Amino acid sequence: MSGSEKNLQWQIADGVIELALDRSPANEIGLAMLDDLERFVAALPEMESQASALIIYSKQNSGFSAGADLRELYTLAQRMDSDSAMKGVRQFLERIHAVLNRIDMSPLTTIAAVHGVCFGGGFELALTCDLIVADKMARFCFPELRLGLIPGFGGIPRLRRDIGNAGVRDLLLTGRSLNATKALAVGLASQLAAEGESLRLARATAAQVTKFDRGASAAAKVFIKPFPEDQLRLEIDIFCDLFAQPAVMQGLRKFVENSGAHPYLP
Amino acid sequence: MATRTLEKTTEEILDLAATHFKVARANLTAGDDFYKTLGIDSLQALELLTRLENHFGVELPDYEVQGVSDFRTLATRIQSRL
Repeated sequence: MSGSEKNLQWQIADGVIELALDRSPANEIGLAMLDDLERFVAALPEMESQASALIIYSKQNSGFSAGADLRELYTLAQRMDSDSAMKGVRQFLERIHAVLNRIDMSPLTTIAAVHGVCFGGGFELALTCDLIVADKMARFCFPELRLGLIPGFGGIPRLRRDIGNAGVRDLLLTGRSLNATKALAVGLASQLAAEGESLRLARATAAQVTKFDRGASAAAKVFIKPFPEDQLRLEIDIFCDLFAQPAVMQGLRKFVENSGAHPYLP
Repeated sequence: MATRTLEKTTEEILDLAATHFKVARANLTAGDDFYKTLGIDSLQALELLTRLENHFGVELPDYEVQGVSDFRTLATRIQSRL
């Protein structure tokens, strides 16, 4: 069983589903990627009945994912009046939350094999997984506050679920990125991989997982992976309130119009 | 107290940059704009940052290197965390 969309490919073999993100340049999550993720999630129940583990990884050299497609967001918002733009943002968030919530609640043992950039929405996708295997060149970041926003794909509730609040504050309130060694130290990543080896390590981990009874693993997840539903709903509301502020569009415009090599954000 | 001198730190950065971005070491100097000399974009600058953190065993918050584009200043930022 397999599937191939423009931005994603998935297959199942030996009890392990592999989902490959594959959109140039850095797996930005916009409407096209969302459509494809929804197709994957629609196909997931049938595959889950034959699998014990799910691995999510990227085929792009740049990394796991740079997050939401800010250029698309800005372009679409510019074409609409503010009410329509707000409605569109909320609709997008509801859809991406549905996708990520489904992956989050999968009974399988889920593993993100992360290399390179793992920023914003890409980081939020990785956080839906039970385990993160981080290449030593991986970098994790929530840059949203630099734009006057908070993470909108479930980032804060899921990060709080996994690491201590001091670490969450460090990441969120400074907007700095963390390397894989630090991610391992704070408990965000479960394994550190040599450069280029994160998928191999994730596959080895998945192979181990397939030895266990699927029902027992799913039962364990009831206790060790609580679903922060109320916080996720609150996040959507707060994100939309913040998105309505003029400073956000100014920040997005600055990003879109930046053509230099230097990082654009403060 | 730093165990490396600023000069040694700078040399190590230049060596690392030359190796990983496939630029002749002889063509790199401390005052170079590394975006231009290495021909890198912002994503590759993050890669350089990660390689430097791994090499020196330090953390370099993004805001500390914001606006920094020459190897010498980068070395001083690293040196203050050794």
